[in-house]
Formats: sequence, C-alpha cells, structure tokens
Amino acid sequence: LPAAVLLKDTKLMDVKLGQLPSWLAMRDFTPGGIVGAIQRGYNRYYNKYINVKKGGLGGISMVLAGYVVLSYVWSYSHI
Amino acid sequence: VLHCTRQLHTTQQSLAPLPPLPEKGGEVRHGLIPEEFFQFLYPKTGVTGPYMLGTGLVLYLLSKEIYVINHETVAAACILSVIIYGIKRFGPDVAAFADKLNEEKMAKALAVKNEAIEGLQAAIEEEKKEQWRVEGRSYLFDAKRNNVAMLLEANYRERLMMVYNEVKKRLDYQVAMQTLKRQKEQDYMIQWVEKNVVQSITPQQQKESIAKCILDLKALSRGAHAAA
Repeated sequence: LPAAVLLKDTKLMDVKLGQLPSWLAMRDFTPGGIVGAIQRGYNRYYNKYINVKKGGLGGISMVLAGYVVLSYVWSYSHI
Repeated sequence: VLHCTRQLHTTQQSLAPLPPLPEKGGEVRHGLIPEEFFQFLYPKTGVTGPYMLGTGLVLYLLSKEIYVINHETVAAACILSVIIYGIKRFGPDVAAFADKLNEEKMAKALAVKNEAIEGLQAAIEEEKKEQWRVEGRSYLFDAKRNNVAMLLEANYRERLMMVYNEVKKRLDYQVAMQTLKRQKEQDYMIQWVEKNVVQSITPQQQKESIAKCILDLKALSRGAHAAA
C-alpha cells in the first residue's frame, strides 16, 4: 500500500488537472524560492544535455530556438 | 585550529570519487525536440502523432497570422538552410576533433595518475628494502665493536712496547755505566802496578837481571850445541 504523498511534494506530471490551482498556490513564490527554482531548472537542463562526454547539437540548439521564439513573442506587436 | 567537538561527515553520501559523466546527453530529435515528447505522445497517437501535431500547429500559426510571412521569413529561411548544410557537412569532423581533444585530456590525467601510482609503489619497495636493511644493524654494530676493540688492543700493545723499550734503555745505561767504571778501574790499576814495578826496578837489579839472562842464554846455547 503506497504511502499517501502530500500534494505539496508531488511532481507536476503527477498532479491531477483538478488539483492544479491548489498545487500552484502551494509553490514557493518568495524571491529565494524563485531563485532556487531557476537554479534547479538550469541544473537539470545542464546536467542532462551539456555536462556529458559526447554532447550533441540538441543541447545548444534548443536554447537558441527558445531564444528565437521568445524574441518573436516579445516583438510581435512591432511587426 | 580544528575544534573537534563538531561532528564531521554526518551525511552518508560523499561525492568522492566523483561519479563519471554520462556518455551521451538526452536524445533530441531533429536537433530541436527532446525524445521524451515523442514517447509521451506515443501511447495515445502512435508514431505519427507528434508530426501531425506539429503540422497542425504550423498551419494554425500561418492561417491566423500569428506567424507573419515577410522579408524576415525569407532571410530566416536562407540562414537556416546554410546552417543546416554546414552542420550536415562538417558535423562529424568537428565531433571527431572534439573527441580527440577529450581523449588527450583523459590520457594526460591517466598518465599522471599512473606515474603517481608507480612512484608510490617504487617508494614502497624502497621502504621495504630499508626495513630489511635495518635487520642487519646488529652485524654492523658487532663489526664496529670489533674494530674499536682492535684499536684499543693495538694501542695498548704499542704503549707496552714503549714502556719496555724505555726501561731497557735505562737499565742498559746503568749496566754500561758499571762496566765502564770497572774497566776504568782495571786499566788504572794495571797502569799503577806497572808504573810502580817499573819504578821499583833499581839500576842494580837491572844489571843483575841482565847478567843472569846472559848466563842463561849461554847455558841454553851450550845445551843446544851439545844436542846438535
């Protein structure tokens, strides 16, 4: 019988759709929390795609594609 | 100064030696979309699902003019085609070059490690040899003790000899003194006796002795004539 996991500790992919607002409300929105979240995200991406013995093209191309998309979104109103 | 009241290394895991880097990064398809996305959609839509999703999205963006086609689109298309051509042509070479660089780095590090290990093992051998040598120190000390004893003995005998020689010299001197004294006394006494005897011979006695000698000689010569 798996132990009941608190909603606070579930990962995003395991949260049911109805629980999403309450889950979002429970996240840590202090500046320290936000910085920590950014750092965790960065570390995850870095260790998965860049910090390997034989890195490939996808590591940086995904970052560049994301940059392209974001800059298009920000400059959409100027087109 | 280390205050040893604090506990060190309280956690179980210690990251030394570091775990090795993973060989390959996460899989990315077409250089842009991670493989996990395709796996995520596979149970529901099969293999062509993500591609259909992509096509639908592109058509939606174009038709609703969320993505506007203008001069920049043409420029982007040209740039992208050049980039893709370059990557397809030079990709493997660059990868091989980077791998070679990595290999060299690893080889250098390994060489350093091996040399350090060999150096330490040689040091271990030397140490064992030294320990073996230590066992022979009793022989060394015996030899040294023998040397010292021999030196002492030689010195002692030398001095003994010197003492003997000196004493003999002094005794010889005394003996020589005594013999000299006796000889001198004898010589002097002989001389004195001779002198007195010669003095005591008066001229009268001299004439008588000479006449007696002549008579004796004549007697002898008569006896010799008679015999011959």
